[in-house]
Amino acid sequence: MAHGWEMQHDDRVVVIGQDVGANGGVFRATAGLQAQFGKDRVQDTPLAEATIAGMSVGMATHGLKPVAEIQFMGFMYPALDQIVNHMSRMRYRTRGRLTCPVVIRTPHGGGIHAPEHHSESTETMLCHIPGIRVVCPSSPARAYGLLLAAIRDPDPVIFLEPVRLYRAMRQEVSDDGQALPLDHCFILREGSDVTIVTWGAMTIETLRAHGELESQDISAEVIDLATLSPIDSETILASVAKTGRLVIVHEAARNVGVGAEIAAIVAEHGLYDLHAPIQRVTGFDTVMPLFRLEHDYIPSVQRIVDAVQLTLAD
Amino acid sequence: MSTVAEFKIEYKQILNSRGDVVAPLPAFTADAGEVLRMYQAMTRVRVFDAKAVNLQRTGQIGTYPSSLGHEATHVGVGAAMRPEDVLAPVYREFGTQLWRGVTMAEILLYWGGDERGNDFARPAHDFAWCVPIATQTLHAAGAAMAFKLRKEPRCALAYIGDGGTSEGAFYEALNLAGARALPVVFVIVNNGWAISVPVAAQTATRTLAQKAVAAGIPGVQVDGNDVFAVREVVGEALATARRGGGPCLIEALTYRLSDHTTADDASRYRGAQEVKEAWALEPLIRIREYLFKTGAWTEAQEHALLQDCTRQVDAAVIEYLSTAKQSTDAMFDTLFAELPQHLREQRATARKYGAKPSGH
Repeated sequence: MAHGWEMQHDDRVVVIGQDVGANGGVFRATAGLQAQFGKDRVQDTPLAEATIAGMSVGMATHGLKPVAEIQFMGFMYPALDQIVNHMSRMRYRTRGRLTCPVVIRTPHGGGIHAPEHHSESTETMLCHIPGIRVVCPSSPARAYGLLLAAIRDPDPVIFLEPVRLYRAMRQEVSDDGQALPLDHCFILREGSDVTIVTWGAMTIETLRAHGELESQDISAEVIDLATLSPIDSETILASVAKTGRLVIVHEAARNVGVGAEIAAIVAEHGLYDLHAPIQRVTGFDTVMPLFRLEHDYIPSVQRIVDAVQLTLAD
Repeated sequence: MSTVAEFKIEYKQILNSRGDVVAPLPAFTADAGEVLRMYQAMTRVRVFDAKAVNLQRTGQIGTYPSSLGHEATHVGVGAAMRPEDVLAPVYREFGTQLWRGVTMAEILLYWGGDERGNDFARPAHDFAWCVPIATQTLHAAGAAMAFKLRKEPRCALAYIGDGGTSEGAFYEALNLAGARALPVVFVIVNNGWAISVPVAAQTATRTLAQKAVAAGIPGVQVDGNDVFAVREVVGEALATARRGGGPCLIEALTYRLSDHTTADDASRYRGAQEVKEAWALEPLIRIREYLFKTGAWTEAQEHALLQDCTRQVDAAVIEYLSTAKQSTDAMFDTLFAELPQHLREQRATARKYGAKPSGH
């Protein structure tokens, strides 16, 4: 829907990717666009991720605004050379002479019984790249507003779409062209005892944990990070100053995860606000398993509740 | 201007779609038992495939990529390879893998989302399924390099789809194989469609076999629905590679009669007429006709074969469904030769919160 609005209002916007045309994307995210805007503006690419990222650089530096789809996050790696060495630093290297207003959309995370390599959440690799934004919405409404913002942004944005939200959530979204701000967190629930920061599909378990905690008279503030890089430190620090406790929840592996960066920010700027050590509830530092075990990999509601209780002990 | 290079691409067919012999029969066809074995393998994988699709529809396995229509290519390649050769599959070549000793229960375990599926017992030296596109072609070239360095008379064979030929890794593998004269054979299974994208939208070349030209290696096209032609062409390429004659690229022309996977709906992007026409060329009809015409096969034998295949498939399904559940330890067990301390702690966390181990 956000694609359609922006394509209608900005004729520089083109959609490219594998199976985005007649098929409308494997998750139907671009359904109907080719019929509406034609094969020039909605193009199936050859099956090659480096092609998709590299041609996006060429198109974006020459007057187009590509919105590219990488079919699954696990297939993004051939594109990384283009993203790291060119897309992210084109503005920097050319002192602003050439720029890359590109959006790369890709499905994120597991939980839908997909095959091997289809359930990755390796956002930390992307967040480490200077010069790109990494965004991950937590609902259809936020996906709409943040995707609009990403397309309108003058710099490259990687837009991670949690696959569980494609399936789990139905929500009326008004197609009004209203963008949401990038580089800002969203407070999903206000609370006073503990701050829980999360993003993407993990908002599902976190909000369930919030309900569970509420029934135990524990008031949790739930923050949807939304833009994973750069991080909106201000909102997180203000919340921790209020609650004195921080739990970070993400599906991705723990080691050098985005949670580590959030913990470091709070340690640097909010250590004296903390009443208890920071807790991280994350995926394990192993390969995302095939689907029989994926729900043992993805943090459960109970793990989140237990981590919160740990911050409240003594 | 003078011509400094030219190329031609040859095409091989032995059995046409009606089962007529249109080219000299290869030597292996003199062994009626061997021909029957190939036909039986094609039939068995067809029966297995229908069952696997059914298991997905009833929630007993996950997404599954049907091999319907690919039986001649897959079995022809399997029959041409030697057991000691190495296969680098994509994810659809069940006919080759079954021929080489992978079991139907193992295939179901993998597509059923169980970590043990990639650990098939035989052939232990073959690569696991490869879902990322075209990466396996470089693994095959690397394995071939190992054989070459150790002077072993072995070959590697990598599959790739028509869509996969657009990936950089594919060209890199061809280039390497040519530059080092490696004992590797690449088989492009051109089934017409990369999910929703037809070959014509993938490349401007007339054939995919001619992608070999830029790598300086031979490229040949074969009727991928003709099991005799596939076995003959792949067998010759392997023999050449085995005696140090270098690599080959083979394009097998077939058709994806199914959806891309059970998660796909090809009717969104592909006309029914095209599929109907492709059914007339499918690989089982012609070999069956050939066998009937040569008197090697009867309706009664056909009936018995189908019953036997169904029995085998049903037994494999029972074996799959009765496999003891893996514990959460399976997420950690084989990540490293020895599990580091922090992962031992995480394994304990997974045990605490996860499904209870069984059989441990």
